[in-house]
Amino acid sequence: MKRRDFIYLSGIGIGASMLQSVPGFGRDISMEEALIPIDPALKKRLADVALNAARSKGATYADVRIGRYLNQVVATREKRVQGIANTESYGVGIRVLANGSWGFAATNIVTLDEIAKTAQKAVAVAKANSKIQGTSVQLAPQKGYGEVSWKTPIVKNAFEVPVGEKIDLLMASNAAAMAGGASFVNSAIFAVNEQKYFASTDGSYIDQDIHRIFPNFTVTKIDKASGKFFTRKSLSAPMGMGYEYMEPRAASKVSGIVTRYKDRYDILEDIKAATVETEQKFKAKSVEPGKYDLVLDPSNLFLTIHESVGHPTELDRVLGYEANYAGTSFLTLDKWESKKFNFGSKLVNITGDKTEQGSLGAVGFDDEGVKCKRWDIIKDGTLVNYQATRDQAHIIGLEESQGCSYAQGWNDVQFQRMPNVSLQPGKAKLSVDDMIKDVEKGIYIIGDGSYSIDQQRYNFQFGGQTFYEISNGKITGMLNDVAYQSNTQEFWNSCTAICDESDYRLGGTFNDGKGQPSQSSAVSHGSSTSRFNGVNVINTARKI
Amino acid sequence: MPILSKEQTQALMQKVLSYSKADECEVNLNGSDNGNIRYARNSVSTSGGISQNSLVVSSAFGKKLGVATINEFDDESLKKVVARSEELARLAPENPEYVPFMGPQTYKESPTFVQSTAAMTPKDRADAVAESLKISKDNKLTAAGFLENSTGYAAMMNSKGLFAYNTATNVNFNVTLRTDDGKGSGYATKAFNDFSQLDVKSATKTAADKATRSVTAKAIEPGKYTVILEPAAALVLLENMFFGMDARQADEGRSFMSKPGGATKLGEKLVDERVNIYSDPFNAQVPTSTWSGDGRSQEKVQWIDKGVIKNLYASRYWAQKKGIKAIPSPDAIIMEGTNSSLEEMIKSTEKGILVTRLWYIRTVDPQTVLLTGLTRDGTFYIENGQIKFPIKNFRFNESPVIMLNNLEALGKPERTVSGESGLNALIPPMKIRDFTFSSLSDAV
Repeated sequence: MKRRDFIYLSGIGIGASMLQSVPGFGRDISMEEALIPIDPALKKRLADVALNAARSKGATYADVRIGRYLNQVVATREKRVQGIANTESYGVGIRVLANGSWGFAATNIVTLDEIAKTAQKAVAVAKANSKIQGTSVQLAPQKGYGEVSWKTPIVKNAFEVPVGEKIDLLMASNAAAMAGGASFVNSAIFAVNEQKYFASTDGSYIDQDIHRIFPNFTVTKIDKASGKFFTRKSLSAPMGMGYEYMEPRAASKVSGIVTRYKDRYDILEDIKAATVETEQKFKAKSVEPGKYDLVLDPSNLFLTIHESVGHPTELDRVLGYEANYAGTSFLTLDKWESKKFNFGSKLVNITGDKTEQGSLGAVGFDDEGVKCKRWDIIKDGTLVNYQATRDQAHIIGLEESQGCSYAQGWNDVQFQRMPNVSLQPGKAKLSVDDMIKDVEKGIYIIGDGSYSIDQQRYNFQFGGQTFYEISNGKITGMLNDVAYQSNTQEFWNSCTAICDESDYRLGGTFNDGKGQPSQSSAVSHGSSTSRFNGVNVINTARKI
Repeated sequence: MPILSKEQTQALMQKVLSYSKADECEVNLNGSDNGNIRYARNSVSTSGGISQNSLVVSSAFGKKLGVATINEFDDESLKKVVARSEELARLAPENPEYVPFMGPQTYKESPTFVQSTAAMTPKDRADAVAESLKISKDNKLTAAGFLENSTGYAAMMNSKGLFAYNTATNVNFNVTLRTDDGKGSGYATKAFNDFSQLDVKSATKTAADKATRSVTAKAIEPGKYTVILEPAAALVLLENMFFGMDARQADEGRSFMSKPGGATKLGEKLVDERVNIYSDPFNAQVPTSTWSGDGRSQEKVQWIDKGVIKNLYASRYWAQKKGIKAIPSPDAIIMEGTNSSLEEMIKSTEKGILVTRLWYIRTVDPQTVLLTGLTRDGTFYIENGQIKFPIKNFRFNESPVIMLNNLEALGKPERTVSGESGLNALIPPMKIRDFTFSSLSDAV
């Protein structure tokens, strides 16, 4: 799904027919159908047909992904259900190496004959590409795991929860917002289930059942007299979890100026708070532009990590594969080779990770059969590693892939995608209150807002949902019209404090776009509240 | 999968309707054959073809609507998809905003389908890319690009007698060339219905020229500058204004078109009087379908006339509620210009900045359509009517509404495609004074 599609879906309004046109949403199916898994023995048989057909046509390597992708969305505004979609996309994607080149083909006709033909087609594509290919693909070795399986450790499958229950929850949330004085409210619950079977000529047969969920809302308040309007979005995060995320739990709440959430969300509580805050924005003062010490909540910082650390450390960007679209990276190989490129302050430790429970990136194995792991990307402020797939590992001296391969569907070719990229919490005990106490002139920012960064990931600008002025160690009121602008390296070097692990939370994006044709992936970013000194803040108010 | 003919879609959809037991039933049928080739580091990286067909059935019982989709067209599957949509309709809550389906309409035809594009083969794509790669290598540059073509059909029919059919072709090409030292980068993008109009060599040469000339860019102070935005750069700003021209959003008080007191800016002069923006599905350079997905006819619509907002688009529900014409949102926009070439616009500029491309555009404030983003792949300083030197990229914070009030000159419109949304447009290069650049970027 493209970013704009998603903004449209989650923000303004949708009709059921519009959902059908969104890539990633396939045919409608009933709940009963959605809950019947496909027999792994059948998938193994289908996979073997693909692998044998590819080998017989001259492939030196082949992998096959038999994927069933289920999506559900329930979207509402005020008292009305705007759309319910429950869709499935099922098919087979086959990737092969022949004459040193990749070839890929896919089919939604899941029969033995069609799979064999598709495998042959993939080999033909590889051979055709090899004629204009520069250098041969070099694949990092990968042992076969035999027949294994992995499942997101969910408590409650979102697809087993009746749609009526979701509608009731969203309607109760909308009613709470309207009762609190909201002019409009949009809310939605998205649920994803990827049932993926991967097999390769290395001898792996991997069956995975992956779940994700994303509840969200936007509260809008309009002052008709002045013509002004303000919004506040939910502080929920998309998670690699089941419906248990929707069941509030005291231990998962972080108290403070507004309640924030770890691995359980309370939509009713958050929407009430959002409605109050939307009202408060009408009385907030417009920010004075200048340098401020920023105290960034994880609900804001995750997006800054995503854009300024996650993307520039993608090895395909570094190498130039995204030069025409998503861009390249300022973190060129020479900076990594020097082993002393000062990315951030000594406090900054950032990991690549595909294992963290509850995260969007957590899977057992990636889409080329590599067991998932965790590694350092920034260590004590220095760039030490990137994110790589099997055909890139050798470029950065690795003997095995980091497991960063992903395809958005069975009919898309897998390529390098971002793992969870997370800022590690501070080692010394530090609470948010204690952090704020030390700030003379600052702004405390909660929630993600507008975001933009250049194609090599130097210059960025981020907004937020709510902004609080800090004067002499105290929060003195709410601000409007705030955006912070910085340079990635300067910003991470201005990091002077990171709260301890008791404040650590995940944020994330459900729809990170990359590639041509564009593919979407979901990724989390963890952090604790962090402080950045002397960051440039601009005032975004204009008159038209 | 071959593209279904008008008669084939008619027969298929009539069969679907014959299975319906609902009060109302509507069928949307569409399919496409797409081919693409992608290259980077002066070599092909991926290539592929995607064929897809989709049939959407909407069934209504009173104000309860159910929608189901399928991509298999045998009788059993068709019966199943109709039954499924009816089952969903019975389960759905009543939709107070339900509007009954439209009756029979007559549509004119637009030249959206061009045989030369429909006939494109993988070899055509590979040959085009080989030409682009040759220019890159000859100039000691590194190319990354994407060529994609699609041939598609769309049809709809409902139980009230409406039938619509259209076929369309499109070809998109975009390329970025970079110098080997990473200090220069140039870009070009082209989109047509007709593949024979696409000159891959010429577009690649433009990108190559910009890459070579953008090396050793100088940093100049951020601030307010006169800019000349090439069509691709102008479109990604203008489209955000256009996406906000929805009547309901304006009436509800939550768009830049809303006014204090609950009224809207419809009928008011919002931008410079030289601004004329319209849509026309029959325009030969950017033809689009003559009907929208819910069956409404797409006609020529003047959106902004001499700077005055003339029309807003609206859903059928909102139009009925407000007693206004239900104008659908168009598939492409057209902005009038002059006969001035880009070169002439540069010649008449004392001091200014030429912008090839703007990127990562995001709304900062929807009340003012304040947007942020960055220049990319070819930014040059103009002095005394000449391009003097390349400059480092800038971040901007600017509203298209403010920008169109600071209009200095318009050039000759050309077809381009938005690098952000994929929207096609016929749009002139434009010279704007006091365009706000707020910081420098080191990105090349």
